[in-house]
Amino acid sequence: MSAGRPDGSAYGPVPRKEDARFIRGRGTFVDDVQLAGMLHGAILRSPLAHARIRSVDTVAAQAHPKVRAVFTGETLAARNLAWMPTLSRDVQAVLATDKVRFQGQEVAFVVAEDRYSARDALELIHVEYEPLPPVIDAERALDPGAPVIRDDITGKADNHIFDWSAGDRAATDAAFAAADVVVAQDMLYPRVHPAPLETCGAVADMDEISGKLTIWSTSQAPHAHRTLYSLFLGLPEHKIRVISPDIGGGFGNKAPVYPGYVCAIVGSQVTGRPVKWVEDRSENLMSTAFARDFHMHGEIAATRDGTILALRATVLADHGAFNGAAQPTKFPAGFFGMFSGSYDLRAAHGQVTGVYTNKAPGGVAYSCSFRITEAVYLVERLVDLLARELDIDPAELRMKNLLRPEQFPHTTPTGWEYDSGDYCTTLRVALEAAGYAELRREQAQRRARGELMGIGISFFTEAVGAGPRAHMDILGLGMADGADLRVLPTGKAVLAVSCQTQGQGHESPRNWACPWTTWRWCTGTPTGRRSAWAPTAPGPPRSPARRRRWRPARCATGPGSWPRRCWRPPPTTWNGRTAGGRCAATRPRARPWRRSPWPRTRRSTCPRGCRGTWTRTPSTTRPTSPTPTAPTSAWWTWTRAPGWCGCAASWRWTTAGCGSIR
Amino acid sequence: MQITMTVNDAAVTREIEPRLLLIHFLRDDLGLTGSHWGCDTSNCGACVVWLDETPVKSCTVLAAMADGHRVRTVEGMAPPGRLDPVQEGFARCHGLQCGFCTPGMMLTARWLLDQNPDPTEAEIREALSGQVCRCTGYENIVRAVRWAAAHEVTG
Repeated sequence: MSAGRPDGSAYGPVPRKEDARFIRGRGTFVDDVQLAGMLHGAILRSPLAHARIRSVDTVAAQAHPKVRAVFTGETLAARNLAWMPTLSRDVQAVLATDKVRFQGQEVAFVVAEDRYSARDALELIHVEYEPLPPVIDAERALDPGAPVIRDDITGKADNHIFDWSAGDRAATDAAFAAADVVVAQDMLYPRVHPAPLETCGAVADMDEISGKLTIWSTSQAPHAHRTLYSLFLGLPEHKIRVISPDIGGGFGNKAPVYPGYVCAIVGSQVTGRPVKWVEDRSENLMSTAFARDFHMHGEIAATRDGTILALRATVLADHGAFNGAAQPTKFPAGFFGMFSGSYDLRAAHGQVTGVYTNKAPGGVAYSCSFRITEAVYLVERLVDLLARELDIDPAELRMKNLLRPEQFPHTTPTGWEYDSGDYCTTLRVALEAAGYAELRREQAQRRARGELMGIGISFFTEAVGAGPRAHMDILGLGMADGADLRVLPTGKAVLAVSCQTQGQGHESPRNWACPWTTWRWCTGTPTGRRSAWAPTAPGPPRSPARRRRWRPARCATGPGSWPRRCWRPPPTTWNGRTAGGRCAATRPRARPWRRSPWPRTRRSTCPRGCRGTWTRTPSTTRPTSPTPTAPTSAWWTWTRAPGWCGCAASWRWTTAGCGSIR
Repeated sequence: MQITMTVNDAAVTREIEPRLLLIHFLRDDLGLTGSHWGCDTSNCGACVVWLDETPVKSCTVLAAMADGHRVRTVEGMAPPGRLDPVQEGFARCHGLQCGFCTPGMMLTARWLLDQNPDPTEAEIREALSGQVCRCTGYENIVRAVRWAAAHEVTG
């Protein structure tokens, strides 16, 4: 249990804070929450994939001595809660009203004194179904005679959700026409289920006196859940508290709001007591968010010498009965637009069509939709096929076609801007680490002996995390991570951040020494003035709509180089003030993604190798440099914001003990 | 019906429904929530507890079947204030992430080390084959059990 390096920095093995309770069996998962007077809920699910509901008879269930409430789609409709919004501008049935649209869909909800009685009561509910022909195959969903699944949507006459495309079709066609080699393949990326070991569940406690709702739920996105609850429960956000306790694995499965959560809330509203609903494994696999289910056709064009020219993809995306995938609504196919991968392509064109089928709503799993897993699979598979066609080593073919450092910033054929990268070095290091040449030799020997041995290579560029609102907005929520910084009277500061752990160890990074994360603020004691500008990692790829390139301000009066200094007396600005002692025209504008306040800050390099932040402020006299290595070329006073680099809090150039990431 | 058993060295007597599962008895009636209900079908092993000296999947054992027996859960793996080497090994070797499967893993690993104080990697994997972990990929779990074995041998 090494506590990191001897100098106190935590680069290397760090004991996890949460382990202390988990190894003693003292974690608090949702099913561990026990509240006084708590009732238990259970959901009756549809045995059919597609059927009209003729009637739901709950009389016998309500007569059960331990049952406190029974809900059906009709009773929820009376409260205007039968449908809820999904994360993809669609709606999903909380409890089915008109018909069921996938096997396992929620039909009725029972609240009883204990979990066994709730399950007993489910068997007392009689539902009469009129079976309808289901649409199981996405390839048949758009057939003219296919049953219409979403007849709840006004005017819906087919199972089509969206068409989306990216790239230049004409340029791509031209590149394919000029290519020596074209390789194509149909690929099915089948449905996957994340199957976290802990199933989904919630404990809802509606306080009828204060009107406040507290809900413990297995949520990877408690802030988004709060907003969604507020949107359709009619409760203001400040009266909703979502507690996401220990989460027994998520993998995307716990991102959406599930009908069971809403049922638990309604159950608590009606009974006035806390209601716990926890699904079993069958329910989890049957009804919660799947991912993938992409039927893809990919083509790659290249010259005979192995230069990749263009890429073309046609995709049919099976989104299930409700379009529930968590994806940036500005890009209905998620980040499939990055399917051109990490390669230097002349052109690319991708088209994605989303369809409804009688399956559980698609969702999130392992970097799907919201990221680029499907797209990576497509392009990497095609590159492998091309390597086989050209009889070139797959690693060599990739190395030949990867973007080179001098090509950055690079705008992909589908319009994304990659700001930086050194892909060839990355691949080379990875190959060396894996012992690629050795593996190939071993493979040859084994194959000579008649054994099978495969070697896989994949290279990808990905947009990670909840990025800027421009790209990752969901329902207007912006996917913004919230943070709450409190400075306490002792000078300590507490930073509460909104990301939720599902096992990654978020509680532990007390001593994370990464200078570019705000974690640095967690427990530090401020000993000096800190810049209010938090340096950030390089910005994510920007969409074509926001491709404003930053340029330094041009000064009409001063010299042309930058940083510029205007030697004329500073003019006054519109409000009569001088602009920081400088000509307003030369005052550097903040970069769009990095709006720094004046005085401007810039990164510098600590002589010991760690990174830190310098702040410069206008000075009336030529300053003396703090050390010979500090910048001296301007009429500025250079001060160093302490702490960024993980050095001793009172930072000096000659400080020893820099322990941050090099 | 009334049952009496010894849970973590303490005698308990409760009035229960005959159909009550041992996992629900431990979690809901006794408040020992360290054992988890993961799959309901004896597949995942998150609910493993010891019945006498044998690990069992308590989601498919009736509480009534434990009547008169000794049950040991993760809460009783070590005396208060101390850690079993298996517990310590899991923490040291990063043998857990979300922690949901961990109690079952540790109880099975404890049983293995009692039977075989110096198991090979293959024997550890075989012993833990009835336990599912969705986070770690098992490498560190195996490492944790080996750590525990090494530190028991050396005292």
